[in-house]
Formats: sequence, C-alpha cells, structure tokens
Amino acid sequence: MSTMVISQFSIPFLMGNSLNAWSDALAGFYLFGLPLGLVIIAAIPLVFIALYSLTYGVYGERKISAFMQDRLGPMEVGKWGILQTIADILKLLQKEDIVPASADKFLFVVGPGILFVGSFLAFAVLPFSPAFIGASLNVGLFFAIGIVAIEVVGILAAGWGSNNKWSLYGAVRSVAQIVSYEIPAAIALLCGAMMAGTLDMQKINILQSGSYGFAHFFLFHSPIAWLPFLIYFIASLAEVNRAPFDIPEAESELVAGYFTEYSGMKFAVIFLAEYGSMFMVSAIISIVFLGGWNSPLPNIGSVALNDWTNGPVWGAFWIITKGFFFIFVQMWLRWTLPRLRVDQLMYLCWKVLTPFAFISFVLTAVWEIYRP
Amino acid sequence: MQELDTAGLGSVRVTRKSDTVVILEKDLATEQMVLAMGPQHPSTHGVLKLECLTDGEVITQAEPYLGYLHRCFEKCCENVDYPAVVPYTDRLDYLAGMNSEFAYAITVEKLLDIEIPRRVEFIRVIVAELNRIASHLVAIGTYGIDLGAFTPFLFCFRDREIILGLLEWASGARMLYNYIWVGGLAYDVPADFLKRVKEFVNYFRPKAVELSELLTENEIFVKRTFGIGIMPADVAINYGWSGPMLRGSGVKWDLRRNDPYSIYPELDFKVPVPDGKHSVIGDCLSRHLVRAWEMDESLKIIEQCIDKMPSAEGFNSRSAIPKRIRPKAGEVYGRAENPRGELGFYIESDGKSTKPVRCKARSSCFVNLSAMKDLSKGQLIPDLVAIIGSIDIVLGEVDR
Repeated sequence: MSTMVISQFSIPFLMGNSLNAWSDALAGFYLFGLPLGLVIIAAIPLVFIALYSLTYGVYGERKISAFMQDRLGPMEVGKWGILQTIADILKLLQKEDIVPASADKFLFVVGPGILFVGSFLAFAVLPFSPAFIGASLNVGLFFAIGIVAIEVVGILAAGWGSNNKWSLYGAVRSVAQIVSYEIPAAIALLCGAMMAGTLDMQKINILQSGSYGFAHFFLFHSPIAWLPFLIYFIASLAEVNRAPFDIPEAESELVAGYFTEYSGMKFAVIFLAEYGSMFMVSAIISIVFLGGWNSPLPNIGSVALNDWTNGPVWGAFWIITKGFFFIFVQMWLRWTLPRLRVDQLMYLCWKVLTPFAFISFVLTAVWEIYRP
Repeated sequence: MQELDTAGLGSVRVTRKSDTVVILEKDLATEQMVLAMGPQHPSTHGVLKLECLTDGEVITQAEPYLGYLHRCFEKCCENVDYPAVVPYTDRLDYLAGMNSEFAYAITVEKLLDIEIPRRVEFIRVIVAELNRIASHLVAIGTYGIDLGAFTPFLFCFRDREIILGLLEWASGARMLYNYIWVGGLAYDVPADFLKRVKEFVNYFRPKAVELSELLTENEIFVKRTFGIGIMPADVAINYGWSGPMLRGSGVKWDLRRNDPYSIYPELDFKVPVPDGKHSVIGDCLSRHLVRAWEMDESLKIIEQCIDKMPSAEGFNSRSAIPKRIRPKAGEVYGRAENPRGELGFYIESDGKSTKPVRCKARSSCFVNLSAMKDLSKGQLIPDLVAIIGSIDIVLGEVDR
C-alpha cells in the first residue's frame, strides 16, 4: 500500500531508469478518482507540438529560409525577431473566423480538426524517452503508419467543404498523393520492423542500443538498410506535403490548395497539423533507422561517451535532436528544389519508389534469414 | 429505347415506361469544369485572367481575358507633347523602363531626323542593357517561383537590386526612370558610375553561374520545362512572336542585329538560340535558356560600351534635345529589342501640332500572349503555369 501511494504521487524525475517509468507513473496518477495522469500524458505531446512549431517550426523555418536566401528573416519583434511567432499567433487569434457563404459548414469546420487529430494521434506511440511513451502498444509502428491516413479525411473534408475549385484540386491531389505514398513508406518501415522483429516502438529502440553508439543503428544493420531509409525519407516528404512534393498546396498553381479558404485559427490549426506531421515522420525515421533515443556516440575505451549520454533525459534530447535534424533537411529541400508535377509525382511513387521498396523488402528478408 | 445526347455530358441511353424516362445506362464521360485562373492568382504575373475548361487536371481550352490594367496609353499620348510621352512609356513594361524609353526616343528621333551625341548613345545602351539584365532576372526568378523554387527568386532580386540602385543613381528613380529623352538624356551619368557598373559586371558573372547551377541545371526544373509548351518556328513567326520567345523557337531574330539601331552594329555580341542539345527547340526550357544566355551577352555589351565610351569632356546630355518638337507631317514606325521582344511605336504627326496625332505601341507581351490558346491545349494545370511563366508577360505592357 505504501509503495503504491509513493508511486502515485512521486515526481517522475525521481523514478528509476526502467523502461516507461515516467509514463507508467503518470498513468497511475489519479486525483479525486480522475485519471489526471492520462490527461497529462496526452498533454505532453500537445504542448510539445505547440512549443516546437512555435519556435523551431515557424520561427526556425523563417530564419533558416532567410539564411538560405541571403535575407535576415524576422528581426523586428523582440531580439532577432524571436517573438515574431507569438505576434503572429495573437494576430491569428484576433482574426475573424470566416466561413464562406457557399461552403459546407460542417465539413469546413471539422476538416482542420480531423487533420490535427490525425497528426497528433501518431504522437501517442512515439517514444520520447526510454522512460516515456504515450501508449506502449505492441503494434506501435503499425499504428503510426495507419493513423496518418486519417489526415486524408481531414484534407478531403477541408477541400470539399470549402466549395472552391482550387481547394478541391488540392484535396484530390493530396488524397491521391498520400494514399499512393503510403505504400512505399509502409514497406520501407516494414524493412525496419523486419530488422527489429517487432512493431513495438520501445523495443525497436532497445534493439538499437549498444556501446558502439551509431554502429548499432538499423541504418548500418544490413548492407541495404540505406535503401528503405532513403525511400521512407522521400515518401515521408510526400506524406506530409513538403517540397518538392507540395503539390496539394502548390501556391503557384492552386493558390493555397485545400486551405485556400481558411483564415484565422482554423488556418493556424492546419499549420500546426502540418508541423506536427513533419516532426512525426522525422521522429519515426529516426526511431526506425537511427536509434531513436539512443545516443549515437560510441564508447571509446575508458571514455564511455555512450554510457554518459544515455538515460531518460538524454533520450528525449536525442530523439528531439534527430527529429529536428530531419525537419531541417526537409526545410533545406523545400527552399532549394522546384516542385514536381502531379504525374511525375505518381511516376516516382509507382514506378521508382514502390519497386525499390519491394526490392529492399526482399533483400532485407534474405539478409535477416541468411545473415552471417 | 433511345439515345439522348446531353450536351457535353456524354450520351445517356434511356427508355420510356408510361411517360417516365428510365435511364438505362450512362457512359463514363465526365463533366468539364470551368476554372477561372486569375485575375487574382499568384502565377498569372499580374491581372491576367485565363478562363480554362478543364477535364480533371487537363486543360481542354484556355482563353486569356485582358484589360484589367488598361490605362489608355495611346489616348494619353495624343494629349501630351512628344517629350511628355516618355514617362508613360516607362509604365508600359515597368520592368524594363529604360528599354521602352529607348524605343520611343529612337522612334521620335527617326521622325525628327536629328543627330545624337555619341556619348549619349553609349550611355543609353549601357542603361538599356542593365535594365535588360534586371528584367531577365525577374523573369527567371518568377519562373522559379512558378515551378515551386523560391530561393532563386530572391537571389535574382538581390542582384537586381544592385542594378536598380545603379539606375536610380543615374536617373533618380528605381523603376520609372524618365531618363532617356528624345534627343538626349535627362542627365549625364554620375562620376564613378561606369566604375560601379564594371564592378557589378564582375560581381554578377559568378552569380549567374550560381543561379544556373541552382535553377537551370536542377533535375526537377528540367523535368518540368523540357518539352513543355513546344512552339514550332513557323507558327511562332505567324503569331508575330519576337524576342526571347521567338529565339526560343530557334529563329535567330534580334532587332539589335536584324534592324540595327543606335551603336549596336559596332558592338560584338551573339544572338543566342537553343541548339537542341539541352532542350527541345521551342519548349519552355529553350525560352528560359535564351534569357539566361542573353544576360551573358548583355554583360559583354556593357563591358564593350564602358571601354569605348567617349570622354565626358564638354559633354552636355541635353545638347541635342530640341527646344520644341514639332515634326513634319508624316508617320514613322520605330522599334527596339526589348527584354520581352519587339517594342514598336507607330507615330503619326500632322505637322502643326506638338502632340502626336496617333501613337500606337506594338507590344511584344500582347503578341506573345496571343498564342496562349494554342499552347495551352491539352496541357496539365502545372504545365499551364510553366507556359505562362515562360512567356514572361508584363501586364502593364499587355493592357497598356
């Protein structure tokens, strides 16, 4: 009884290094019979999305694009424009919430919500640290692959509900794109699952632990592991509608695609969902191929860098750093490359990525069975 | 059982059962959708409206609607003196004001038959070629945006800003210069201007290479433009195309060479045309390449002009400007090679008035745009955007 009480009210930081210690402690935390801990677990990714998209997402993208383009970026609000995003949010909050007269009101309102929920739900199975995961599912990877498809419903609702031809084009393109690219993306992730032999996100991470740091990562696990890694990275760009695959919101063709008619906070929610998805795919690629919360640093003799830089807090640091790195690559690509055409996008998916995904799938399977 | 043909919807086979029509089968023809692209659209380069009939993403017909920026240029000209037309010409092709002024000035000079000081000619050519580079930078940069590449656009504008700074230094205005007057120039160029121009030329050469590496040699960019919107040379000539558009179709036609004016015959420069190695002749990529190559040629022209420039000693840029322009009765057509093609002015004088009786501008953008209907048939929407971008219209000149 006494240990139960302690575990219910102890501060998660004081818990041991055991797997999922923080999230288990939170899950057992009840206040007045209400599962407050579960609410906090759900709130942590939400706060994370909000904070990261404020700082790294919007501000970071503006600054990164500015430095790539010989500009300064936001400089007026606060030192180096740090408060620019907050000013933007305040502006968006004050905006009139416009629903076009001819729009399908229900779909129009519900679209951004579904979109956001779709990207937010995947955060449930992302292991943010060895000690924290929202929901430790034994089919976590499968859940993460599947839940992205919900975004399609939101995009279609937003595009159709807007009753705007450009929005409709954007929505139809987006649905075609996401549905197509899920195939190579899922097959590439299955290669990772095959290497791990499990779909449990935490177990995938544990299998990549070791004193040699990055050498244990699945990217270096087999001679062809780079192929599914590359395929998933390309496909994930398409899944989250980032350049060069941003044809659903191609601003020079479709004005703004499926969110042409949106303004104010609904627009902000769509934005938040986009940045949420960006982190989600970046985290998934780093979990499956780059060790997730494992430190990439190896132990060199008595200099036990790997041991020093592993642990619950370090784990959160590593996965967020790796995620941000991939988001940086996404931004880098976006501000460098032109956009593909719709048919070229489909060509790339069905005639290049999917066959190669199958090839890497078979080769990985062969490697896993006959590896020395 | 009978077949009903419903307009545009495909045929429907129906039968009648005691006065009610029962639809037996309906073939799978889909409805076409009218899509109004513009006048408020990010990639119509202004207030162009294209009314497209689309079948999914495929455009079956696109009709340009013009006139949103009509400012009665020709009527205005009939109400002002000859020199007062110059500021209006700036506002035709506002990205290449110097070239438009140049075209107007040589036309009126042709009508008046006056001799221009040599230094004036050299300065005119330098500022016109600088403006040509600035204009092509906008064309290339916005073409990048049309295809989804944002960064080249800002690189282009960064370099264009230097040119605008130079021209502002010479004329006092960034875009609407009113610098090249009939018979001379508003002012001589400032001291050190030529040195700065030379510095710019040396600065810009590597930047042009960087731009080409970033945009023109990009695989996706080539994929988006290669073989898109092909215009055969004969059709292009029939449409009256000129400038980089016509040269993109492989016709070596440049008014600076074919109908020389000013000091262009003395200068050594090439007229670049696509050779078919990098692109299909007449496609969007060819037109883009021609613009990129022309910037190089303009740099060469500027360098030569600086080297050959007569000294400023005893030079008055307004010495040849007539006190009052009242040409003899008659008409004249003068034309010059603008960044977008042939800009011609047809001016009619009655011999009594100091105002032109008629002043018609032959706009290259308008003529080039007229082929839109042909070019857009059967293209995808993204290709339509690529084609509009490659035509490089300035609505100020289309609508006048």
